[in-house]
Amino acid sequence: MKRSFHSAFFHPDFAFYRENALINPAVLALEDGSIFRGRAIGAHGVTSGEVVFNTSMTGYQEILTDPSYARQIVTLTYPHIGNTGTNSEDNESDNVWASGLVIRDLPLVASNWRNEQTLEEFLKERNVVAIAEIDTRRLTRLLRDKGPLNGCVLSGEALEKLGEAHALEQARQFPGLKGMDLAKEVSIKTPFEWQEGLWKLGEGHKVAPLDKPFHVVAYDFGAKRNILRMIASRNCKVTVVPAQTSAEDVLALKPDGVFLSNGPGDPEPCDYAIAATKRFLELDIPIFGICLGCQILALACGAKTVKMRLGHHGANHPVQNIDSGVVSITSQNHGFAVEEASLPANLKATHRSLFDGSLQGIERTDKPAFAFQGHPEASPGPHDITSLFDHFIELMTAKANG
Amino acid sequence: MTYGLNMPKRSDLKSILILGAGPIVIGQACEFDYSGAQACQALREEGYRVILVNSNPATIMTDPAMADATYIEPVTWQIVEKIIAKERPDAVLPTMGGQTALNCALDLDRHGVLKKYNVELIGASSEAIDKAENRELFDKAMKAIGLETPAHGMAHNMEEAFAALDQVGFPCIVRPSFTLGGSGGGIAYNKEEFIEICTRGLELSPTNELLIDESLIGWKEYELEVVRDHKDNCIIVCAIENFDAMGVHTGDSITVAPSQTLTDKEYQILRNAAIAVLREIGVETGGSNVQFGMCPKTGRLVIIEMNPRVSRSSALASKATGFPIARVAAKLAIGYTLDELRNEITGGATPSSFEPAIDYVVTKIPRFTFEKFPETNDRITTQMKSVGEVMAIGRTFQESMQKALRGLEVGVSGFDPLLETGLSDSMDILKRELKDAGGERVWYVADAFRQGWSVETVAGLTGIDPWFLVQIEDLMKEEKRISEMSLEQIDKDVLFRLKQKGFSDSRMATLLNIPELRMQEHRHALGVRPVYKRVDTCAAEFASTTAYMYSTYEEECEALPSDRKKIMVLGGGPNRIGQGIEFDYCCVHAALAMREDGYETIMVNCNPETVSTDYNISDRLYFEPVTFEDVLEIVRLEKPHGVIVQFGGQTPLNLAKRLEAAGVPIIGTSADAIDLAEDRERFQRMIQKLGLKQPPNCIVRSVEESIEAAERISYPLVVRPSYVLGGRSMEIVYNEEELRRYMRTSVKVGNESPVLLDYFLNAAIEIDVDLVSDGKQVVVGAIMQHIEQAGVHSGDSACSLPPYNLTEEVQDRIREQVTMLAKELNVVGLMNTQLAYQDGEIFVIEVNPRASRTVPFVSKCIGVSLAKVAARCMAGTTLKEQGFEKEIVPHNFAVKEAVFPFNKFPGVDPILGPEMKSTGEVMGVGRTFAEAFAKSQLGAGEEIKTSGAVFISVRDADKPRLEEVAGKLHKLGFSLLATQGTAAVIASVGLPVTSVNKVNEGRPHIVDMIKNEEVQFIVNTTEGKQAIADSSIIRRTALRHDVTCTTTIAGALAICESLEFGDNLSVYTIQELHAEL
Repeated sequence: MKRSFHSAFFHPDFAFYRENALINPAVLALEDGSIFRGRAIGAHGVTSGEVVFNTSMTGYQEILTDPSYARQIVTLTYPHIGNTGTNSEDNESDNVWASGLVIRDLPLVASNWRNEQTLEEFLKERNVVAIAEIDTRRLTRLLRDKGPLNGCVLSGEALEKLGEAHALEQARQFPGLKGMDLAKEVSIKTPFEWQEGLWKLGEGHKVAPLDKPFHVVAYDFGAKRNILRMIASRNCKVTVVPAQTSAEDVLALKPDGVFLSNGPGDPEPCDYAIAATKRFLELDIPIFGICLGCQILALACGAKTVKMRLGHHGANHPVQNIDSGVVSITSQNHGFAVEEASLPANLKATHRSLFDGSLQGIERTDKPAFAFQGHPEASPGPHDITSLFDHFIELMTAKANG
Repeated sequence: MTYGLNMPKRSDLKSILILGAGPIVIGQACEFDYSGAQACQALREEGYRVILVNSNPATIMTDPAMADATYIEPVTWQIVEKIIAKERPDAVLPTMGGQTALNCALDLDRHGVLKKYNVELIGASSEAIDKAENRELFDKAMKAIGLETPAHGMAHNMEEAFAALDQVGFPCIVRPSFTLGGSGGGIAYNKEEFIEICTRGLELSPTNELLIDESLIGWKEYELEVVRDHKDNCIIVCAIENFDAMGVHTGDSITVAPSQTLTDKEYQILRNAAIAVLREIGVETGGSNVQFGMCPKTGRLVIIEMNPRVSRSSALASKATGFPIARVAAKLAIGYTLDELRNEITGGATPSSFEPAIDYVVTKIPRFTFEKFPETNDRITTQMKSVGEVMAIGRTFQESMQKALRGLEVGVSGFDPLLETGLSDSMDILKRELKDAGGERVWYVADAFRQGWSVETVAGLTGIDPWFLVQIEDLMKEEKRISEMSLEQIDKDVLFRLKQKGFSDSRMATLLNIPELRMQEHRHALGVRPVYKRVDTCAAEFASTTAYMYSTYEEECEALPSDRKKIMVLGGGPNRIGQGIEFDYCCVHAALAMREDGYETIMVNCNPETVSTDYNISDRLYFEPVTFEDVLEIVRLEKPHGVIVQFGGQTPLNLAKRLEAAGVPIIGTSADAIDLAEDRERFQRMIQKLGLKQPPNCIVRSVEESIEAAERISYPLVVRPSYVLGGRSMEIVYNEEELRRYMRTSVKVGNESPVLLDYFLNAAIEIDVDLVSDGKQVVVGAIMQHIEQAGVHSGDSACSLPPYNLTEEVQDRIREQVTMLAKELNVVGLMNTQLAYQDGEIFVIEVNPRASRTVPFVSKCIGVSLAKVAARCMAGTTLKEQGFEKEIVPHNFAVKEAVFPFNKFPGVDPILGPEMKSTGEVMGVGRTFAEAFAKSQLGAGEEIKTSGAVFISVRDADKPRLEEVAGKLHKLGFSLLATQGTAAVIASVGLPVTSVNKVNEGRPHIVDMIKNEEVQFIVNTTEGKQAIADSSIIRRTALRHDVTCTTTIAGALAICESLEFGDNLSVYTIQELHAEL
């Protein structure tokens, strides 16, 4: 399905066509009985998960490959998804973690000079079941009013054979994310060293040069690559370790700082990570947590987490620094949150969401530890709050200087 | 800056002067009324005393209730200084009134006015404005933050030109400095072309200066709308992607929001850069736009420009997202931060410190008006030429594109074919139209796909991204499929899918070769109806209380119509010459009046520049094309009590008959009365019945008929097709030869559109009357006397209110006649009448039972909104009940003057005639006619020299008045120059005069003298196609050299009067003038 352009303006392989209208039916069923009939894109088959929506207008490739979306079916509210195709630079992990994708329209062509593969092929190759040509705004309004619902996408032959009733049954059978420990499922199995730096136009991801680096051990609960790149590009040697690595094993690596990554699911069952974090706190090791990592730090400090009625998924969320009043536009992706009322005296609220007032940042008053609920690494989203990574470096520097 | 205790806004400021944008010109249209009106409201509700200056009376912002002190005065630093001296404001807000306001602010600063009166510029400092506007400073600033600007150089000779070439490389753009409309420039691809263009350019440039720029033709173009507050919080409201590649001015480009072909990584580069630009330029608070060019092969980014103010694109971005940039910018200017302001569209559930997420596609298409200026180059380039724009919202690009096309009102209902196929050079024409864009390129793109051209070919010729092209190609495939089907084969699924792609009933009907109504019936029978989604800034993440809606074809409808009593107002669509802001003003007033009276108001319009499409103006806004199909669907859903069609100009009027036939409750004057006034034969019978006079006239349907009729009526004749607004294709012919040519070339004669011949009342005084009626009582709004004599289109003529030299007796006869007409037509609402007065006789030229262009002007003069009064009449409130039973005649004078786009269209003859050519208007007020007229000229940008030489050349008919004109000019101290015939007449009355050669009488001639700056003022009246053509070089040269040139004797006399008045102008607020009434 590849058609190339030969003209003064375009690189030969730069545009990719879909010749035909989508013909295979697909259905999205929700646990409340709602049915959305559309067309199949990607792999045919069945998939179920918690249905959420994301309002980002760019960055579908990053979203699909973000491990935090494990067991979630993502609805993208912007109607044209696939405009720029996909490329090997923009993945946030090796796989597509979202259980499924729901969109309004798959464009006829992918057009961007960095495009390597259409979204359609990308989904097929990774066996992702997806649905297009439904009223995604109706779905979004439904999810907004009812909160995330479990759902199922059924397409192709499976739909013909099993019918819509099966999709509904699957949706209702999905157990939901509350109490589900997914971090250990998506995590890497063996430690490795991360070396890739930040993406630059025309250069790609350059290997970060290291000069007397800090050594950061990063817990992988489903880490996005850009987080690791952010740390690595700040002159850090980054060792990524599996979610269930014990504190002692980490300490053996003599880390200057420990990073707690983002990840899918409920933080509460991650007792192994909570325990390890407590140990690092005792030892005054600088700690930085993002998203799930933020929740784990909070739990380790004795605060509580809750499943939100309406999670945050988007790239336009205003977050205010409580001390300075500065507002940053941030990328967000979380369905659980730290309850501000539950914070112990030594855990200070640093940031709040201006959308719903939810807690967005915490900091220990007595230890070099802090965390952010949103995504300072962006990818996708605005770069407004990348300075948090600098703060992590500051904590390690302060510690090193005694 | 000081901030009050616990109060985020500044407490050290008490009063703020807002600078308006002045008249509507190309590149600066009613978007500045939208932003200015928002700023006024935003500041007033915070308790500041708001002082406003804007010379444009057709604006909502100059309504007396919008500011505490409103000066409808010229926006020049001299006049503004007088206002500052009188009002002593604490601050000036210069960022709401376009380039006019910025320039005025810089002038105020430069001339020490701000310092003298201790006035602070808020919103943008003079340093920031300077840094953004001055190219050298801007380049340096961009370099400082690591951003590239296009490589460029400057040259005063060939040597320097080659040095610049080394910097920029081929291809490069060469532009001579200070030539009109950038004429004489070009793109050089090789050395030979380079030498040729530079040599020519150096010659043409009055400063012998060339700008040589790196060519970015074919690059992608983006625009980001950034808002920043004083705490350095920055947000991007919208990213706009141009459909047309670089090389076409962004105002003339089709643009799409949000950006479509950027990955997140690339988009964030733009976002970071845009914010960095604001910080570096030093825009501390408010909205700015930053334009980028991007190489489609590598992503290399260059900054094209930034505007440290709200702009046309910020108005577009506001409408496209629902985020009111101007309103927010005004609040930021007085000290608020983004997080302190609520996002109104979500009912305040969220703050303004966020970035709108949209879940639809917005397409803007510019509207051109080249048919008005046939002599000009109709290719679109880096200088803006469009006069208006349409915006459409759809859930997909295809849908929004096709909705925008039909909303443009250029006689298409989608991608109608444009190319004349079957000519030997059809394919060459097509290729040229693609490569060298004109205003209609997008239809040629579709034609190319109809011809089977590949996306690669079209992309190569146009530089348009394949992402867009493939979708147009797909629409053409669909069109082909439709045309091969029968109506019966189009089942529900097929039709639903086609409607999702934005096909109008009308376009499908054409393809199926059936009437539109048949298509509509079929669609309704299948139950395929649009649904309405809301524009909510947040992609449905939060519930929206605001009813800002667009149609699409999907499952869920969010319109939720109420069962209140509703009035619906149909807007005027995109601005064009002849139908602009004046009509939007009327629509807004109608909506406001109906809301005040307890109705739920519904607005339907598709012009993003306007106040009417501000979602705060009406209870419910449908941002939809104003077409039969789109309007009818909304009516069927909302079931309004009444629909108002007489305020939006010709656009809704043209729909009136069909809507009425479809059962739509149109209120006000009946569609039949509108037809009666427009149908010449019916109209003539009415005039005769009432015993009134018309210039001898008749209707003809063929060339032969016209010659015969002309003999009967006698020459000169005004000729025009019936049913026109703005005098399209209107001309004055003086003999049979000219009449034949007109009939042959200017119109397609036939039964459908007959041609009207009227005897031309030479040198008559023309009069405009606006009145309002409730069906029983008639009240005259105002009688206006034109300055220019009959024959100049009323929209192009200056006029005086009250009349400056008509007797009371004549005025009373006029009042009597128009009242008779209104009663006979059963007018409910507004009526405009044009009359001519000649030798004691009054002639009725035209009657329009609808809102006219002068309604806002009249309303500003008499202190009563005629549009509101009329809307109430239409809804059934009598004039008596409204307490408006008597004409208000002001004691002061107000002069409305037209403003023209001639300087944007090189080669065009700036002569006034029966075809309307002005884009906007200004108003001047004074205690005397002379003072008002002087201000109107100043406001229109006409700098009349007070001494020097005047060149006079007049047609025979004007020679009797020559003594008066020449005498006055002589007395004013001008030396007199004249062509032989004119000079003889002047000399005969004993005035000193020098005879000058006409262009065909040998050199040096008058054009040489203009070029040598030996002439400061020109009076040049002429008649007849040939004489006009012969003398056009004089007027064109005068235009290029900024020499005041009047083409009517009455205009010359008015200028004399204003010169006699001198420059001792006073400034008045309309509030004080109204108090005197």
